Amino acid sequence: MTKPRVGLFVTCLVDAMRPQIGWATLRLLERAGCNVEVPRAQTCCGQPAGNSGDKRGAEKLARQVIEAFEGYDYLVGPSGSCVGQIRSYPTLFSDQGWRSRAEGLSRKSFEILGFLNDVMGWKPEGVRLDATATYHDSCSGLRELGVQEQPRALLEGVEGLQMRPLDGANVCCGFGGTFCVKYPEISTAIVSEKAANIVDTGADLLLAGDLGCLMNMAGRLHREGAATRCFHTAEVLAGMADGPAIGEEG
Amino acid sequence: MGASAFTQRAHDALADPNLKTAIDRTTGTAETKRAAAVGAFPEFQAARARGAAIKDHVIANLDHYLVEFERNAQAAGAHVHWARDKAEAAEIVTRICKDADAKLVTRAKSMLGEEIGLPHALDDAGIERVETDLAEHIIQLAHERPSHIIWPAMHRTREDVATLFFKDHHPPPDADDPASMVASARRILREKFMSADVGISGANFLIADTGATCTVTNEGNAELSTTPPRVHIVTAGIEKLVPSTDHAMALLRLLVRSATGGEVTQYTTFHSGPKRPGDADGPEEMHIVLVDNGRSRMVGDEFRQMLRCIRCGACMNHCVVYRQIGGHAYGGTYPGPMGAVLTPVLDGLAQSRDLPHACTMNGRCEEVCPVQIPLKTLLKAWRVRSWDSQQEVGPLRMGLGLWGFAARRPRLYHFGTRLALPVMRLFGKGGWIRRMPFAGGWTDTRDLPKPAARSFMSQHANHGNEGPK
Repeated sequence: MTKPRVGLFVTCLVDAMRPQIGWATLRLLERAGCNVEVPRAQTCCGQPAGNSGDKRGAEKLARQVIEAFEGYDYLVGPSGSCVGQIRSYPTLFSDQGWRSRAEGLSRKSFEILGFLNDVMGWKPEGVRLDATATYHDSCSGLRELGVQEQPRALLEGVEGLQMRPLDGANVCCGFGGTFCVKYPEISTAIVSEKAANIVDTGADLLLAGDLGCLMNMAGRLHREGAATRCFHTAEVLAGMADGPAIGEEG
Repeated sequence: MGASAFTQRAHDALADPNLKTAIDRTTGTAETKRAAAVGAFPEFQAARARGAAIKDHVIANLDHYLVEFERNAQAAGAHVHWARDKAEAAEIVTRICKDADAKLVTRAKSMLGEEIGLPHALDDAGIERVETDLAEHIIQLAHERPSHIIWPAMHRTREDVATLFFKDHHPPPDADDPASMVASARRILREKFMSADVGISGANFLIADTGATCTVTNEGNAELSTTPPRVHIVTAGIEKLVPSTDHAMALLRLLVRSATGGEVTQYTTFHSGPKRPGDADGPEEMHIVLVDNGRSRMVGDEFRQMLRCIRCGACMNHCVVYRQIGGHAYGGTYPGPMGAVLTPVLDGLAQSRDLPHACTMNGRCEEVCPVQIPLKTLLKAWRVRSWDSQQEVGPLRMGLGLWGFAARRPRLYHFGTRLALPVMRLFGKGGWIRRMPFAGGWTDTRDLPKPAARSFMSQHANHGNEGPK
C-alpha cells in the first residue's frame, strides 16, 4: 500500500503561538505512515472573516486553501475549528465549479485525532507520561466533526497517564474566536466557570484539541493562579509533553 | 468603541450574583431532566426529524393550512381575525374586549402576547389585566418582562418571590415556603378567574383539520382563564399550524421532553369553538387572532427554518451565554439562541445587531433543538446581513481587512509573522503577556501565552520535516 500524501494545515494560531503543536501533528502523521508535506501557500482558513459575516473575505481565503491542498490525499490540521471551517467551504460558493472543488476538499479534510484513529487506525505505542490529566471537548471538533471518543481512546494508550473526568467537558469554554474580545465580560464569566471545573478535577494537566480554547482556558487558569498545565492532545500523543506547557518559558 | 445597550445590560446582569443563582437552579435542573427524558426515549432522533418535517411541510403549504384552519374554526363557531403586525393584533384584541364591555381580563401565559405588546395595550385601554400563570403573576407584581419563554420569572429566586408576595398579597402568605406561597397566589387568582369577563390565551398548536387550538400548561390556569369568562380570545402566530391532532401529538412529545423533561404536561387542552347548546360551561364567544408579524416574510428568506420553532426553551437552557446573562439582557421578547435569531426579525437588525454576534458558535443549541433548527447557520446569516449592510464597526472591518489582505499573500504573511512575533514577545514576562496594547479584551482578565520566537512555517522553511534541534 502506498503511503497517503497528507498536506499539513498548520493553522495560523499554531504557526505563531505554539509551533510545537505543528511539529507534534507532523510527527504523529509520519508515525501513522503518511507522507507529510507543508504547503507554503497556507495562512489562515478564513474563519475570522466567515464568523464576522464577511462572506466574500472568507470565500477568497477558501480559494487559496483549496488551491494549495486539493492535490493531496488528505488535509489534516490540529484544530477542529479550522477543519470545521474548511468542511463548510462548499456553502461559501455559488459558482458550481468552485463549489465542487470545495466539496472535494471538504470530504478529505480531517482533524488530527479523528484522522489518526478513524482513517489511519493508529494507536500510540511506547508513549509514556506520568501525570493525571483531564480533557475538554472543543466544540467545533465535537459537534461539527464528531471528535469525542477518538482522543479519549488514543489517550488510553499513553502509559502512566491517568484521565480524570471533567464536569461539563462538552460545554463551551467561552473562546468563540473574536467573541472572546468582542464580549470579554461574558467570555470571562464563561471561562471562569470552566476553570473552576478544571481545578476541581485536581488533574495536573488540561488537554484539548484546539489551541484557541486552550489559550483561553490556560490564560484564565494562570491569571487565577491555578497550577494546571495545558497541552494540546497531539503533544501528549507525540511524546512532546515533557517540555514547557502553554505559557511556560522554554 | 462605546458600550452598546446590550453590553451594558449584560454587564449589569453579570454583576448580579442573585441572578446567576436563579439561572443555574432552573436551567441546571432543566438540563438534567431533559437529558434523562431524551435518554428514556430511544426514538428521539427519529422523532426530531419527523418534527422538523411536519413543520417544514406546514411552512411550505401555509396558505392551504391557514384557509383550512379558518374554515374549520368558523364551522366550530369561532370568529377568526387576521393581524398583519403587532399593532394590529393588539388593536383587535382590545377591541374585542371593549365590545364585550370587559372590566376584568384574565390572561394565560403566551409569549406571542408579549410579542404583540398585549399587556401594555390592555393596561392602556384601562382594562384590568390579571396574569394567571404563577410566574407571570410574579412578573406582573414586579412590573417586569419575562426572562425565559418557559419560566418567565426564572431570574427571580424563591427568596425574591417571597419578598414580593409579602408586600403585594393581601392577606400575605402564611409562610415563605413554596407551598404557602403557591397557596397564597391561588387564593388571589381564584377570585379573579371566576369574575373575569374575558380570558386570553395563546396556543401551542392550531389544528387545521378540526379548527381547534391547543394549549399545554402545568398549572391549569389556561383552563381557568378560558372556560369561565364570557369571551375567550386566542392569539397565535401563524407558524403554530399543524395539519391534524396526530401531528400535534408528535410535536408534543418533543416539546414537553425538551422543555421540562416531562413526558406530558399536567394539562393539554383542545379548545374547539364556544360553548355549544347543552354544554355545562365554556365561553359564549371564541375569537382566534392569527398573527403574522414578520412570519410570512420569513417563509421566503434564509430564516425560514426558524418557523419550525415550538418554543421549548431548550436552546437557552443549554446556552453558555444565556446562562451567564439571563433573558433580560437580550432586550427583546425572546431571549437565548432562538431569540437572537428572531429579535432582529421582529425589532430590526439595527436594534439588535449584538445578539447574533454575542454567541460562541459552539452549536449546543442546535444539538438539543427538538426540530433541528440550524441555529448556528441562522445566526451566521444575520452576521452576513450585518456585515453587508455596513453595521459592523469600523475598527473591526479595518482589522479584518488588513488580516485578509495579508492572509491572501502567503509570502507577505509569513514575513509579517517573522517581524511581529519578536515585537509581541517584548511584552512578555516569563512565558506570559499580562498586558499589551490593543489586547485589553483578552489581557484584562486573562494572561496571554507569549508567542514563539519563530513561527512554525519559518522553522519548517529552514529545517524541513526534520524540524529544529
